[in-house]
Amino acid sequence: MLRSSQPLTGPNRKRCREDEMLLATVLDEGERGFIIDTRSAQAAKQARMTGGGTEPKSFYLRWRRLHRPLERGRPLQESFIKLVEACNDTSINMDRWLSRLESCRWLSHVKAALSTACLAAQCMDREKANVLVHGAEGTDTTLLVTALAQVILDPSCRTLTGFQGLLEREWIEAGHPFHLRCARSAYSHARLKQEAPLFLLFLDCVWQLSRQFPFSLEFGECLLLTLFDNAYASAYGTFLCNNEKERRVGQGENTHSLWAWLNQPGERKKYLNPLYSHNALVIWPSVEPQSIQLWQGLFFRWIRSSQYLDEAWAEIWRLVEGN
Amino acid sequence: VENVRLLDRLSSRKAALGTLYLTATHVIFVENGSETRKETWVLHSQISSIEKQATTATGCPLLIRCKNFQVIQLVIPQERDCHDVYISLIRLARPVKYEELYCFSFNPKLDKEEREQGWKLVNLNEEYIRMGIPNNYWQISDVNRDYGVCDSYPTEVYVPKSATAHIIVGSSKFRSRRRFPALSYYYKDNNASICRSSQPLSGFSARCLEDEQMLQAIRKANPGSDFIYVVDTRPKLNAMANRAAGKGYENEDNYSNIKFQFIGIENIHVMRNSLQKMLEVCELKSPSMSDFLWGLENSGWLKHIKAIMDAGIFIAKAVAEEGMSVLVHCSDGWDRTAQVCSVASLLLDPYYRTMKGFMVLIEKDWVSFGHKFNHRYGNLDGDPKEISPVIDQFIECVWQLMEQFPCAFEFNERFLIHIQHHIYSCQFGNFLCNSQKERRELKIQERTYSLWAHLWKNRADYLNPLYRSDHSQTQGTLSPQMAPCNFLYKFWSGMYNRFEKGLHPRQSVTDYLMAVKEETQQLEEELEVLGERLMNLQKSQLNDNKIKSKQQDQSKQLGLSISNNSLANTPQEYSNDLKSFPSRSSSQGDEEDSALILTQDNLKSSDPDLSVNSDQESGVEDLSCRSPSGGGCLPSEDSGKDSDEAVFLAV
Repeated sequence: MLRSSQPLTGPNRKRCREDEMLLATVLDEGERGFIIDTRSAQAAKQARMTGGGTEPKSFYLRWRRLHRPLERGRPLQESFIKLVEACNDTSINMDRWLSRLESCRWLSHVKAALSTACLAAQCMDREKANVLVHGAEGTDTTLLVTALAQVILDPSCRTLTGFQGLLEREWIEAGHPFHLRCARSAYSHARLKQEAPLFLLFLDCVWQLSRQFPFSLEFGECLLLTLFDNAYASAYGTFLCNNEKERRVGQGENTHSLWAWLNQPGERKKYLNPLYSHNALVIWPSVEPQSIQLWQGLFFRWIRSSQYLDEAWAEIWRLVEGN
Repeated sequence: VENVRLLDRLSSRKAALGTLYLTATHVIFVENGSETRKETWVLHSQISSIEKQATTATGCPLLIRCKNFQVIQLVIPQERDCHDVYISLIRLARPVKYEELYCFSFNPKLDKEEREQGWKLVNLNEEYIRMGIPNNYWQISDVNRDYGVCDSYPTEVYVPKSATAHIIVGSSKFRSRRRFPALSYYYKDNNASICRSSQPLSGFSARCLEDEQMLQAIRKANPGSDFIYVVDTRPKLNAMANRAAGKGYENEDNYSNIKFQFIGIENIHVMRNSLQKMLEVCELKSPSMSDFLWGLENSGWLKHIKAIMDAGIFIAKAVAEEGMSVLVHCSDGWDRTAQVCSVASLLLDPYYRTMKGFMVLIEKDWVSFGHKFNHRYGNLDGDPKEISPVIDQFIECVWQLMEQFPCAFEFNERFLIHIQHHIYSCQFGNFLCNSQKERRELKIQERTYSLWAHLWKNRADYLNPLYRSDHSQTQGTLSPQMAPCNFLYKFWSGMYNRFEKGLHPRQSVTDYLMAVKEETQQLEEELEVLGERLMNLQKSQLNDNKIKSKQQDQSKQLGLSISNNSLANTPQEYSNDLKSFPSRSSSQGDEEDSALILTQDNLKSSDPDLSVNSDQESGVEDLSCRSPSGGGCLPSEDSGKDSDEAVFLAV
């Protein structure tokens, strides 16, 4: 699986021999490749007007392009804000709750993200094909897809350490601009142009996987909530800045790593899943609407008491440890 | 009929070829194929509707919808055969006599003694004694001993001490269907009670002295409070409309010291339509998130569930916190009243959250108080307007509570699902007919078997591993949040999409934790046994060493060989236990319905998808086959046409 940003084809259908060769060499004799473009076909076409575009079929033989539009940017942030508002709105009665939930579109975005990641995984696992994922910049929906696909495909990404490694590779080093994207969160009135909750969407998708495969992830909801918190506001330097270059300047000796903190023996236990058992297989989630649920642990965290659910979790630990 | 295809609902291209059989009690589809020979069994009682669809090139499609939400899609090659099957099923699914029902031929091979014992498992007299009755305030009345006062009530009713036979009879004449106020639940902590009845025949201005005295008697039975609540579970408009028909509700002016309250729960027709709409949403092929959420809201189903729950919460609060007795009624006092009283009891009393207690609760508020099982669930062919998912809603309320309070119930989701299944299956006699009177006339207990005994025998399958009787969640009353809490109501896919294995986690956490619990217990027991043996060995070795010094080596050897033998045995057991420890493989989820399997040897699960022919990996079946495209399972090149898109279509 490869990732990139969009090719700069432009309105004049520019070519780049090096780019074509690069993609050609990825494919062995007789192999095929799929390009998953996270923009709609129309948006991708329009991108040409501003210098971007798509890989022309005739120059990228044996690569087939699929469009799977995933929401990003301002609309995704609006979706998030609307959902948080709906969750906090005590005046909605049951008559209107589901349509209000629907109008936020958040769950649709979760479904789309999971579906696309599954598609990428399917191409690799079932079709034995190579996959190239990109959107426009390659820093948002691209990473969402590649990271999720790896959780689905690769059991080593489902361990606590492996998942941290995945985050380092596919989000932090890959250059997801955390500083811009995770600025003010849902309550702020400052509607920043660059803000968008891609990383939260990723965490939500991982939560859906943990619900559908309760034995397959070594970590639990607590880790996901902690990551969400730290992406927006952190005592650690892990999610600082927008890319490696910026971090080199600021971080390193000046901050502490979140991973170092999490992995301490005393802390680590909090984030583990007592039901975990190594599952060597691919985990294919159901993306039917009935299978995708609202992440109550996150969206109702401060609204309703989690006491009874916490007690249940403690009971599970007790049973497993007693054994 | 041979060469019939059974289609998979989710992936229309996956079909099993086999033979269809019709017996007196079941429809059976047996898959061809040497390896699996999978069988799908459906009881005629479960069939809700049969739809013959337009003949296509592949054959004549027949859609069977079941009351337990299973949907079976068959394709029969010859149109004439299809028509024959259709006509037969219509007749078989609409029995005219009780004797046609399965419970009268079902034979679990128990003797007469066992059958009787099965029926005695749940005893309502014992239940009222457990509540603390009879006592200073409440007593048993035999006024209805020959069903002379009310034919839909049981022979034994519990009434306030000060309610004489005269008052009871007079009150019954002023109540719809003669269903006078009687005790449902007594809360001994503060003497408050939940009573139930039907609506008074008050019209606009009629009064009845005895009925007013009856309510006073209820109030007096609770010296701790000056007032009682009278809760009408109908929407106000409906109740008012009833007045024009000579019925209605209690006027606060006429009944001294009552606080009247409407809690609007819609009627059986609204509920029937609501379920219908929700099932239509469930039948959508690959719906978008929008389709699903809109459809679900449009059905109103969760709204109704919440309304029932809110009513139960209100009554439980009135009893536990305000110490006030409550009289609950709707129109006839056998639908909404039953739902609301049983939810309230469940919240108030932890006993009803145990397995046995739950059976008792259903026996009390549903069976004995004359809920019309036959009319509501169509045991026999009858008026379709009487059909309504009343008890289904109650069962769902329990499930919603289980989701909110995972440690509070002794039983698990499977228990609820199997109970619902058997309410419709007519395999056991508990839920036949419309009243205790009818059941006694038919001699149900002598001719059929009790579901409770069957469930009790298999109770290991129904336990909730997180339940501990000493846990804080299991003590005292449950107080669910009333607001904000819309989000707390989830769609119960375990029930309404029960047979679509692809939708549910393949690995059952409940089963795993139960196995862990059992293994821990066994290990602890073994540890004890080994500990004792060790002590004995040490003692005997000590003795040997002291007494026989010259034979020391020999006795040591003896001691060793003995200990070797005893130790040699245990690892075997241990590893056997380990073998039975469920592996977290993809087939795990299939055992879920095993307890449903009828005790008769030749009967199989009605679960249509026990196959592991799908993906070897854990999770959903082979997704590529869900592709709507006619071509192979390859994602096609994107040409902008949606129909060519592969599986994971964007929303």
